[in-house]
Amino acid sequence: MATEIQLPKPPAAVERPSGPGSSPKKHPRAKSARQRPNFLGGLGGWAWLAVIIIPVYYVVITSLKNQAGFFTSNPMLPPTEPTLDNYKLVLENDFARYFLNSFIVTVGSVIPGLFVAFMAAYAIVRGKGRFLSWTNNLFLLGLAIPLHATIIPIYWMITRAHLYDTLLALILPSIAFAIPISVLILSNFMRDVPNELFESMRLDGCSDWAMMWRLALPMTKPAVITVGIYNALHVWNGFLFPLILTQSPDTRVLPLSLWTFQGEFSVNIPAVLASVVLATLPLLVIYVVARRQLLSGLTAGFSK
Amino acid sequence: MSVSTGSRRALEKGPSGWLAAPALIFFLLFAIVPLFGVLFLSFTKWNGLGEITLDGFSSWTTVLTDPITGNAMLVTAKIMFFSFIVQAPISLLLGVFTAGGQKYRAALAVLYFVPLLLSSAAVAIAFKALLDPNFGLGPGLGLPFLAQDWLGNSDLVLFVVVFVIAWQFVPFHTLIYQGGVRQIPTSLYEAAQIDGAGRMQQFFSITLPQLKYTIITSSTLMVVGSLAYFDLIFVLTAGGPGYATRLLPLHMYLTGFKANDMGAASALGVILVVIGLALALVLQRLGGKNRNDSQLEGA
Repeated sequence: MATEIQLPKPPAAVERPSGPGSSPKKHPRAKSARQRPNFLGGLGGWAWLAVIIIPVYYVVITSLKNQAGFFTSNPMLPPTEPTLDNYKLVLENDFARYFLNSFIVTVGSVIPGLFVAFMAAYAIVRGKGRFLSWTNNLFLLGLAIPLHATIIPIYWMITRAHLYDTLLALILPSIAFAIPISVLILSNFMRDVPNELFESMRLDGCSDWAMMWRLALPMTKPAVITVGIYNALHVWNGFLFPLILTQSPDTRVLPLSLWTFQGEFSVNIPAVLASVVLATLPLLVIYVVARRQLLSGLTAGFSK
Repeated sequence: MSVSTGSRRALEKGPSGWLAAPALIFFLLFAIVPLFGVLFLSFTKWNGLGEITLDGFSSWTTVLTDPITGNAMLVTAKIMFFSFIVQAPISLLLGVFTAGGQKYRAALAVLYFVPLLLSSAAVAIAFKALLDPNFGLGPGLGLPFLAQDWLGNSDLVLFVVVFVIAWQFVPFHTLIYQGGVRQIPTSLYEAAQIDGAGRMQQFFSITLPQLKYTIITSSTLMVVGSLAYFDLIFVLTAGGPGYATRLLPLHMYLTGFKANDMGAASALGVILVVIGLALALVLQRLGGKNRNDSQLEGA
């Protein structure tokens, strides 16, 4: 430790600090240039691209067609006269409200969820005692149970609490359902924070509460962000809770609005598909801006 | 000094367990209580609005003698099996493919992961339009065999559902495998090449064995996850035609919220919980022992 020399690292080596002393690490397999290129693999790769892209392409071009064009033109060809009328129709049908509802429910469940899960993870990793290990085991059990088997009692509880058809009805169970995986990931990362750091802060007279926010939180920030993204994606795209716990357009969230649009505009397929594009657009923007974080967030549960 | 006595006490005990209380309360209230609630409600009669009355085992008799329940279990098992058979090899190969450093592969990977952004409702609606025999893919490409009534033909619909599930979830598993492959030490491949091992040989004697725990993780998620394919199938087929795609979670929802028989739906919920736990347990056993190793692996 004492004689560690800080050499300026080449950027490629910083990317993935796994193999020791392998500088051309970035292309682990491309390095085998002597091997002939993998034609079969490439072919499969392009074939799968077609599988993925054709539906996306179809949705986008169809959403730009007018209804007559949809019925008469070739379904797989782009419209001769692209129109944004479908988007206008969707936006005029309270899309902004559904968007706002989705936003409120997502933020309203992800932020408090992170807060309580972070505190629990801190207590589980740093604390001792039977109560905490029992709590941890209970959360682990929660990972194995298909929680939406419990929608009927949840529906009963929500109606009893007079929360049916409110956004809070979506927020409360969403927080609870995210807790097991959040605590698991956060506590896995928390264990890697060196004990010495806590000890030295303790000697400086820091309370546990202060250490949690001033040491544990900064040290686990990437994990917190990852868990936040993971939970946000799930809540944003969630369908089952909105379906059973809300009813009126006032509390409708985006995924449910897609389904109701489909019912209302059943013959106007281009408009239905325009609503699909609009509902996905925010996530697409995030994907373009922060692809790395988003993808690592998705597999967060298995990364440690 | 009061600080030092206080901190010594804290040093021994660590942070208070109360910090875990808010999370625990949320989880107890909205996950554990409902878990017992679903068991309790399975012994009652309730239409979802009125009074709940105790009703003994009658919901259970209804559910267990109803041929639709057996059919729903069969459909669930079929979808679980076929979607595993389809997804596992594709995502493994794509994971290896995208982990290779070539530029074009990285570019393809960016597009591969786009389905991850879509909600199940969006995916289902998109495919409903795409699979339309008159205005979808078939007539668009001029290929008559693609212009079938995909969602109305009870022989075909199950495979269509499996395909759409794969479309939506293969990217996620590809991501897991990609991470797994990237953890394999490059030196193994270098040594194999010096020994003159071909690509196939490298795949089977290095890549596959090294991915053991990734395979277990991904397979567990695929199998247990298939108990949660509710929203996709609900929007895509609503369980039809007939009962052809009415799998267990959907059967529970329709029994409870459409047929207004919450007692029977709760019994189905209990069955779902038991199956889920049993599967998780079996898979844990299969891959079990080196749980810590498997957690070290991956993206």
